[in-house]
Amino acid sequence: MLLIAVKANCQSKMVTIKGGTYTPLYGRDSLQVTILDFEMDVYPVTNKDFLEFIKKKSKWKKSKIIRLFADENYLYSWKSDTSLNKSQSLEAPITNVSWFVANAYCECQGKRLPTIDEWEYVAMANEKLPDARILKTYNEFILSWYEKPKTFNNKIGSTFKNYWGVFDLHGLVWEWTSDFNSVLISGESRKDVDNDSNLFCGSAAVGATDLMNYAAFMRYAIRGSVKAKYTMKNLGFRCVKDKITN
Amino acid sequence: MNKFRKTFSSVSILVLAFLALTSCNSNEAEKSNVDASKIVISGTMDAVLTSPPFVPASVGDRPAKKLIVNMEILEQEGTMTDGTTYIYWTFGGSVPGSFIRSRVGDEVEFTLSNHPDNKLPHNIDLHAVTGPGGGATSSFVAPGHEKTFSFKTLNPGLYVYHCATAPVGMHIANGMYGLILVEPEGGLPKVDKEYYIMQGDFYTKGENGEPGLQAFDMKKAVEEDADYVVFNGKVGALTGDNAITANVGETVRLYVGNGGPNLVSSFHVIGEIFDKVNIEGGSLINENVQTTLIPAGGASIVEFKVDVPGTFIIVDHSIFRAFNKGALGMLKVTGEEDKKLYSGVQQEGIYNPEGGTIQTMPTDDSKKQTVKKVKTLAEKIESGKNIYTKTCFACHQANGEGIASAFPPLAKSDYLNDDVKRAIGIVLNGKTGEITVNGEKYNSIMTKQTLTSVEVAEVLTYVYNSWGNNKTNVTANMVDEVKNGH
Repeated sequence: MLLIAVKANCQSKMVTIKGGTYTPLYGRDSLQVTILDFEMDVYPVTNKDFLEFIKKKSKWKKSKIIRLFADENYLYSWKSDTSLNKSQSLEAPITNVSWFVANAYCECQGKRLPTIDEWEYVAMANEKLPDARILKTYNEFILSWYEKPKTFNNKIGSTFKNYWGVFDLHGLVWEWTSDFNSVLISGESRKDVDNDSNLFCGSAAVGATDLMNYAAFMRYAIRGSVKAKYTMKNLGFRCVKDKITN
Repeated sequence: MNKFRKTFSSVSILVLAFLALTSCNSNEAEKSNVDASKIVISGTMDAVLTSPPFVPASVGDRPAKKLIVNMEILEQEGTMTDGTTYIYWTFGGSVPGSFIRSRVGDEVEFTLSNHPDNKLPHNIDLHAVTGPGGGATSSFVAPGHEKTFSFKTLNPGLYVYHCATAPVGMHIANGMYGLILVEPEGGLPKVDKEYYIMQGDFYTKGENGEPGLQAFDMKKAVEEDADYVVFNGKVGALTGDNAITANVGETVRLYVGNGGPNLVSSFHVIGEIFDKVNIEGGSLINENVQTTLIPAGGASIVEFKVDVPGTFIIVDHSIFRAFNKGALGMLKVTGEEDKKLYSGVQQEGIYNPEGGTIQTMPTDDSKKQTVKKVKTLAEKIESGKNIYTKTCFACHQANGEGIASAFPPLAKSDYLNDDVKRAIGIVLNGKTGEITVNGEKYNSIMTKQTLTSVEVAEVLTYVYNSWGNNKTNVTANMVDEVKNGH
């Protein structure tokens, strides 16, 4: 039923995320972060959504794109500029897109990419709780996804609906954020431990806290490993919009 | 620090004789004082990479070169043990990763490629690298991308490489480690056989042996509670048909690493003494070593001449790891026996410290049996299975398959099915000496089991009713008859 709703409306469905203050696991200069109210796409952008976009904006076509804005793997599996390969599902998330393209897509919809803090704020929810990070089950679900091969071709909505009504933040693909490269991971993760204790805030305790960090570390590691022109089979995106308040 | 000392055991005369043909000690010692950073390279070559247990050919006397190494990272499902699989993260598609062989002074141009299907970024820290992070900083690579960096090999030795991306422990625990050998100028002394073995510990959601795809268990890893401790990435990677081989009279060199992530290895080959050990993979040589300690993230080169034929069991001598968690391999040596060096069994008998005929209190069987309820065949098999798992499983294995050349099989066993009384007697009294089971000779020791007559009956009934055996229902009375009859 939800999939039909997406199909019926090319302006994809959004939900309101009520802002708040929280402590991110890893990687910002200040310990507490305050998030304002905003709206977030319920699902990641799909192949179908992206096809419509690319038909209108030909400068982002596979054959036309400037190498500066996307590497050689841009839309790697696509059959042509405007058609998918047989093995690809229309309802699967769009992947193999660069940050530049994701950014342009969201702008075109009158939206923007979420910040790391916004994304992480929504992603710390499970089905019932806005912050489920201390739960073993929550962390196990995330860690188990890291070990499941080829989830990029699964349909959107195939994972759980979280507290805010948002699907697929964990378990489908990685997602671009607007400021993905604001956390500098040198690639030498052990050095990061020594030099910047903020990167490991709250990591002292054993047990649940460690599990929690492990799940988050991997997201920050992937963000730290990419550049804006990179495209990857397991990396897609979704958009957000500021909430207009009276 | 560049000296690769060459000292020789007075006992390994053959090794010495071999070396006398190819090298002159004093000359080499002088040569190795050269500052490795000043060695000029001449020419370029692609490195040959091999999967375990094999190693590439020695560098011999080739000059230092620009050595091109291409390594691909693959996240893939593989077999941990029969019926159990695991998602391994690998350097080059194997655990441990491909073996790299270089010589001192080489300029290694290393390209690390991360397969597009992979989920995670990775990197590589080579302990042979002098530089920040051992290359980790320069090789951090996202899926579908590759990174190239170069380094000069300054110190000869055997070094571990591994992934160092957060969470480091998880990347190593999933199999991301391997060995790089930096040979001294002129290469290591020639030997007949060389093999590559690397130990690692694994942490799975299910206990050891639980079937299906098993996920990594972070909590167990933190607690260092390993489910599997194995050589070359899986149970049985070096046993049976996968055993490494040599002929009598040959000198065998093993490049042994320990990937960890947690456990230290007490590396031992049962029935052999290492003539030479490059302690911790460095230049110091110890001689006549029984067991060598290999730290996590460390390595060791061990060398020995095999003098007699047979199967030599390779273990982590923290012995429960070997027999219960998988850290067991085999070296099969073929050739002529030498009775002067090893006689085989010369005499056999059963030893009882207090004399064989005394010491059992007569028991009043009639009273006891009225209390016990009589078990059905199915119940007996059920209890027998529990006893088997506690008592017999470690040697005879889960499905009665035994361990080739060490412990005879119970599955479809002619020796077992031929004679029930003999089988009962062996469980009661133990057994030493050579027997032939299904055409294979075994010469081992089984200790006498401390089981009651009822338990002996149950466990044997389980064995006889499993794995294609003749379905004999052994009763406690039959056991008592054997007890009293001899």
